[in-house]
Amino acid sequence: MLTAISRAIERRLPLMVVSPLFAVSLFFVYGFIAWTGYISLTGSRMMPSYDFAGLLQYERLWDTPRWYVALKNLFVFSGLFIGISMALGVFLAILLDQRIRVEGAIRTIYLYPMALSFIVTGTVWKWILNPGLGIEKVMRDWGFENFTFDWLVNPDFAIYTVVIAGVWQSSGYAMALFLAGLRSVDDEILKAAAIDGAGPWRVYTRIVLPSLRPVFLSVVIILAHLAIKSFDLVVALTGGGPGYATDMPATFMYAFAFQRSELGVAAASAVMMLMTICAIIVPYLYSELRGARK
Amino acid sequence: MASGIRLEKLRKSFGGNEVIKGIDLDIAPGEFVVLVGPSGCGKSTLLNLIAGLETVGSGDIFIGGDKVNKVPPRDRDIAMVFQSYALYPTKTVRDNVTFGMETRRVPKDDQAAALEEFARLLQIDHLLDRKPGQLSGGQRQRVAMGRALVRQPEVFLFDEPLSNLDAKLRIEMRTEIKKLHQRLGKTVVYVTHDQIEAMTLATRIAVMDNGHIRQFADPATIYENPVDMFVAGFMGSPPMNMIPGRVWHDGGKVFVLPRGARESIRFPVDGPAARGADLPDGHEVILGLRPETIFAAGTELPGPNRYVFDAPVEVVEPTGPDTMIVFQIGGQDLIARVRPEDVAKPGRAFRFEVDMTKAKLFDAETGKAL
Amino acid sequence: MRARSTSGIVRRSGPGAVVMRVVLFAVLGLFCLYYLFPLFVMVSTSLKSLAEIREGSFLAFPRDIGFEAWAKAWGSACVGVRCDGLQPYFMNSVMMAVPAVILSTTLGALNGYALTKWRFPGADIIFALMLFGAFIPFQVVLLPMARTLGELGLAGTVPGLVLVHTVYGLAFTTLFFRNFFIGVPDGIVQAAKVDGAGFFGIFFRIVLPMSLPAIVVTVIWQFTQIWNDFLFGVAFTVGDSNPVTVALNNVVNTSTGVKEYNVDMAAAIIAGLPTLLVYVVAGAYFVRGLSAGAVKG
Repeated sequence: MLTAISRAIERRLPLMVVSPLFAVSLFFVYGFIAWTGYISLTGSRMMPSYDFAGLLQYERLWDTPRWYVALKNLFVFSGLFIGISMALGVFLAILLDQRIRVEGAIRTIYLYPMALSFIVTGTVWKWILNPGLGIEKVMRDWGFENFTFDWLVNPDFAIYTVVIAGVWQSSGYAMALFLAGLRSVDDEILKAAAIDGAGPWRVYTRIVLPSLRPVFLSVVIILAHLAIKSFDLVVALTGGGPGYATDMPATFMYAFAFQRSELGVAAASAVMMLMTICAIIVPYLYSELRGARK
Repeated sequence: MASGIRLEKLRKSFGGNEVIKGIDLDIAPGEFVVLVGPSGCGKSTLLNLIAGLETVGSGDIFIGGDKVNKVPPRDRDIAMVFQSYALYPTKTVRDNVTFGMETRRVPKDDQAAALEEFARLLQIDHLLDRKPGQLSGGQRQRVAMGRALVRQPEVFLFDEPLSNLDAKLRIEMRTEIKKLHQRLGKTVVYVTHDQIEAMTLATRIAVMDNGHIRQFADPATIYENPVDMFVAGFMGSPPMNMIPGRVWHDGGKVFVLPRGARESIRFPVDGPAARGADLPDGHEVILGLRPETIFAAGTELPGPNRYVFDAPVEVVEPTGPDTMIVFQIGGQDLIARVRPEDVAKPGRAFRFEVDMTKAKLFDAETGKAL
Repeated sequence: MRARSTSGIVRRSGPGAVVMRVVLFAVLGLFCLYYLFPLFVMVSTSLKSLAEIREGSFLAFPRDIGFEAWAKAWGSACVGVRCDGLQPYFMNSVMMAVPAVILSTTLGALNGYALTKWRFPGADIIFALMLFGAFIPFQVVLLPMARTLGELGLAGTVPGLVLVHTVYGLAFTTLFFRNFFIGVPDGIVQAAKVDGAGFFGIFFRIVLPMSLPAIVVTVIWQFTQIWNDFLFGVAFTVGDSNPVTVALNNVVNTSTGVKEYNVDMAAAIIAGLPTLLVYVVAGAYFVRGLSAGAVKG
């Protein structure tokens, strides 16, 4: 009788142990998403209120010029950041794949920025791009008297400084992912290509890169994910400025939530961010999980 | 005309580890040479060296009389079939097969003609628009062969091409490869660890061990007259019985007394195996008896140099056409191959007969055949 | 990363190949400079005096090496109104990162083990839900989390941050361990069950000792993530409980007084040093974590 009970406990133990864990962590994710979602449908401002107000906050959000700036910046930034990081990543990965003896050391150098906080990256690039003392001064000292490089404080160009620093930090990561992909191509396939007489260019363009399609997809997803969440880098590099010229949805949400106390609009913008990421991630995860099951 | 291959004093090391330890080999044009040996013996490395997929350490490689040490694979006039088939996963079967011709700028019409010819020959013409992922193992194998064949090279290299197939398909493809060789008459170098594949396919076999070629000869010689215990033990399944013992002269005859056996058992080694005759009494030797030379007493027509002895049966293993009987001499397990109808019960005594004309004698110290 | 067996393929040699090789190394070297020069600028600026910074080029080596900026960044730079340097905030980060890493790694291992080796109904769905949790933009939980921390009495405290990082780190750690345990043959667990071991017995005595590589990867990943976090730090802490990333940002953006670039750079190095050290010491595991983060599912 007792053993039967203990056996029953033993059988259910795993569930008993992990279910509170899962419950808590799922609550912190989905419960909170629901809360934010609900707040975005109320008239909340300073304090959360729970009276339903329909899509009022979304209307206010889409009436805010700053939100459009943030969205435009997100598109400009993501496009350039993803594009340049990937191009650089593939390029460097292919170069590193050419029987380089010091490959390990070079890889370490290319990848170390990824270990840094975006705040550190932002701080140092802010210094490098400083119009008074950074690159601009160096170029002038070298004799280019009229050289101007004031992107950091120029509202039209400041977003590109975020791209510069972001690419510096993340392109090594893209390189590492592509290199791992290149290395996963079966050696015998490369040998077969050598016997078929394909030179390096043809081997990469016709055989290796086409088979890396899943890797390209992964890298795009990861970089897009980084881009949409980018908050720290903007804060450290430009503080969202000049004005709100480099605002992004992430900084927009933060500013409205914690500085302007517009909880409803902040919640609405957070939901917009979530939906954007869902649109990218959910199909990807779905295909990954299905692919894994096959 | 097919090209011959000549290897001279070939050596190759990886790091400090020497994998090919000075190999000389002369392969005549049109031969089918099988490199066989246990894993890690260097056979695949040797094949890669011939293909140009590894750089030569020292020594020379000649294909068709030309030294090719520094010639890239594409210019060696070779084609290769890999163990994993190494099909390009993103290309269709058609593009897989024609890729080599394309890189060599073969005119489109010639490509199509070659593709059609060999696709029909290999029965892959209905698969041309599929990707490798949609093919079965056997079909992939055929495509890989097709890719090698359309090149119409002088030399074919095969690296364990059948080891990923199931047993039935393997035998089918084996026959097919042999047919292709007979039909095309090109030189083939074929690597396998499967000694049956080696026996069935080769015109000559090179048995490799630890970076050396132990013996290079036609299959019959390798099987009947192995130069040492390694070759004797590697070729044949079940393997040759190796019985340690001592030479003994008695009444003008020479015997081998198995170590640890009762005194009544003494194998007469007259006739072809009598090379032990000049050895002094007590010299340590290994007597090699293939399982099929040990059978139930009286079941074969009488012949010269038969030896009959009794031993209790340990285990009986029917295989269908034959039955293996495991018995012991001097505490060592030996295998006899008898007809299925010669039933024996474990534990009972059984009367065996050995054809001593087929017996081999090896020096216990050097392992060399006597 | 493993060595290639294709490196021995015989290639045409000649002057063309040599030139290509030289170009290849030149390009690789150029990119090394590209990635290294911000680090160089950071270090050299931190060793210069303010006067030298104003006169000279930021690419120049420091003339007189001095560690005053470092001392100031560590001990007396002003963060907001408080002028004790980064030191107290660095300690905050340590107090935040260490428990959060331990908790999230342990619980993640338990989760991953339960999800793969004690498959229960709904395990796949729970995993999919957890997996998605690793990708959500954290902005969507900022507001309710701030409220929850307030109600738990943890608002503006380091333990509050530990809770936040543990909860949202769990998605990643579960993912890592689940992917690792999937590769552990079920037979091992079955055999232990037959031998009479229970859920925890198998976990502590068999599974955990096998998963050292996964533990190392996860700990490094989590430490880097948590140490480098800024969003949670800035949203959920105030003043004295700020982690070092937030303090660094405050140092740099303090608008009062003279702008001390050398102190800024020294502060940036101090804030970045722990993760940089981890990367240098355990780079291989760091890379594995990055690619494990890439290949989900």
